Amino acid sequence: MNERVVVENTKVVADERAPRASLLWLVAPFVVLAAALWWLVAADPLAGFNNGAPPVENLTVERTILDQDGLRLLVRGGGSEAMHIAQVQVDAAYWQFEQTPPGPIERAGTAWISVPFPWVLGEAHNVTLVTNTGATFEHEIPVAIATPVATSGALASQALLGAFVGILPVAIGLMFYPALRGAGPWMMSFLLAMTIGLLGFLLIDTIEEALEFAAASAPLFQGSAMVILAAAAAFLILMAISRRERRPSGLALATYIALGIGLHNLGEGLAIGAAFAAGAAGLGTFLVMGFTLHNITEGIAIAAPILKTRPPLSRFAALALLAGGPAVLGIWLGSLAYAPHWSALALAIGAGAILQVIVEVSAALTRANEERLAGLLTTPVLAGAGSGVAFMYLTAMLVKI
Amino acid sequence: MRRWLPSLVSRRGFLGAGLVATAGAAVTARETLGQSGMPQRHAGHGGYDPAGGGTPATPNHATAHGAMITVGDVDNARNGFDPTAMLTDWYTGEVSMLPDGRRLRTFEVTAEDKEIEIAPGVMFPAWTFNGRVPGPALRATEGDRLRIVFKNYGSHPHSMHFHGIHAARMDGVPRAGVVQPGEEFVYEFDAKPFGCHLYHCHALPLARHIHKGMYGIFVIDPDPEKRPEFADVARSRLFGTPENAEWQELAMVMNAFDTNFDGENEFYACNTIAHCYAKQPIKVVRNRPVRIYLINMTEFDPINSFHLHANFFDYFDQGTTLTPTLRTVDLITQCQAQRGIIEFNFADEDHEPGLYMFHAHQSEFTELGWMGMFDVVEAVS
Repeated sequence: MNERVVVENTKVVADERAPRASLLWLVAPFVVLAAALWWLVAADPLAGFNNGAPPVENLTVERTILDQDGLRLLVRGGGSEAMHIAQVQVDAAYWQFEQTPPGPIERAGTAWISVPFPWVLGEAHNVTLVTNTGATFEHEIPVAIATPVATSGALASQALLGAFVGILPVAIGLMFYPALRGAGPWMMSFLLAMTIGLLGFLLIDTIEEALEFAAASAPLFQGSAMVILAAAAAFLILMAISRRERRPSGLALATYIALGIGLHNLGEGLAIGAAFAAGAAGLGTFLVMGFTLHNITEGIAIAAPILKTRPPLSRFAALALLAGGPAVLGIWLGSLAYAPHWSALALAIGAGAILQVIVEVSAALTRANEERLAGLLTTPVLAGAGSGVAFMYLTAMLVKI
Repeated sequence: MRRWLPSLVSRRGFLGAGLVATAGAAVTARETLGQSGMPQRHAGHGGYDPAGGGTPATPNHATAHGAMITVGDVDNARNGFDPTAMLTDWYTGEVSMLPDGRRLRTFEVTAEDKEIEIAPGVMFPAWTFNGRVPGPALRATEGDRLRIVFKNYGSHPHSMHFHGIHAARMDGVPRAGVVQPGEEFVYEFDAKPFGCHLYHCHALPLARHIHKGMYGIFVIDPDPEKRPEFADVARSRLFGTPENAEWQELAMVMNAFDTNFDGENEFYACNTIAHCYAKQPIKVVRNRPVRIYLINMTEFDPINSFHLHANFFDYFDQGTTLTPTLRTVDLITQCQAQRGIIEFNFADEDHEPGLYMFHAHQSEFTELGWMGMFDVVEAVS
């Protein structure tokens, strides 16, 4: 754009010099930075701070795989210098191990540590990584169980479980649609407010889980900052997309609700999959029923904005898949014991999406009401929001042990 | 949700309840992965049986417990001491005669800070006597006058506190022989009583100075002339006699290192280097007797022990007697600074040449490095 302006201008020579000069000014700070870095490395002016203290060491175990060859750990280095793993203990005994790639683990670099350890099914093991300075980093395997591998049989059975906790309840919730169609304005406000209450619960739940995963991830990812920033970014991006044309209502709003709930269910699936990987392979009947009951309201929430429209049946199927399907995906990914920062990131994006839906549903509620914001304080809205939160809280008691 | 994970796991009975769909799913998953059979195969030390599971895999004999050892080798040259050489490296001092005709032994010992490799790839900031851990194995004869010239080149005050009989001024404790950095002290006393003793730094805090490596063996051989009733035994113990040369004598210090300074040891060993005699077995000639001067200088753990495989030994607690204090045992325990002499041989027909294990019989110590082998041979090649 600047270029075009310059060409049209008569004082071509003078104006051409201006961008060149500004370009030069752009280079200057980089030159100073490079010179400062070079001086730091070459002259070591901070040598006076070297008080003989050993380097700060840090290692994070991101993945744990147990199979017939023993156990394998994915380790990420996070020290002030490259880390050297000198020896590996399992249950207070030194074991031969192989490191791939061998050699020092650079800051933010990763390596696999394989130990031919005869682990015992269902029992706990404790791995201690000893570095060249003698510092130790412990990693607990609370219950040893072979890490699920992605065979078609395993994927299918996990998909079935995912359908039970994700897709089925949403579908059941959507089946209330015909019964709710005749709802009057009071009932409509109540249902939309119940959706807000429910989403509020999910927002808290999702952020809490994201922060838990973040705490388990390598410090250099700055877990909590990553969660909050990713959630904010997801929120803003989804807001921008949803407000491109006009404020979403009806089917569009239902789709956003389904997306937010879907991302939440992805997180739920990740946690169940992680439970598989960590040894809780047998989920109890009670737990799965709890999840099903807990998630039924999600279907009602999706149905609420489209009660006044008549979408085709295929749309209902798509909404159920969008909201429930990610649970299947989550279980698959979670059971393969992926690094916690990925789970934290996925959950953070889910939190942002849920926040966006809360804003949009609240906007829809105020639009429907003459009194705008004051309309949020009416009996049906308060009753709806209250019962949404209460229902989620009470049914969550079934799944939190 | 991750919060229910551990509790889920602890409620195994509850989980066993099963479910129409999920229990089926879980069982399928387990079978497909060939998980159910695995622990048994592990327990049988036989590796993995491809026929039994879904995932093909080559049998892994490393999982058959043979892989339980530290990885790699220690650079003895960089350390400046070799645990195998240390077994027989006695420091008898410089011998001269006093005007009254008694023998005077003068030892020179320095304290120095030194980073040593205590297990392959693991460096430990040690405090040493003469640059080694354990310190030099001092050896004298009952009745000798001993003069130990001690120079402290370390960064902290140190001392040499001998387990023996001496004057208060020579005790090597604060205000009686603790030496400031850069200074010097001469400990002087008579070598008595005969036995297997030790010395260690007694500067404070004691635990830190000991576990950093400041200890060593101090053997006083009996004088056969003073022990007419057991002159033969005394002569066999007296370093340098032909009778003594028949014996294969070994100096062993059981020690351990707390590398992360949490008050618990990460590495256990006999003569400092974890697994050193497992990787390089100690050669022993079958028809010659073995005598071990064993001391325990393990810090943080109340006791240590010595167990010999496939054989029994006689034990002389503290070595101050010429008849065994324990006969025909294959295990002894020692608290810190306890020590003794172990005597045995592989000469009888029950013992064929081969590898005979020895280790602490606290499994944890064994598995954290305190394990070794005697390589019994017909003749040293």
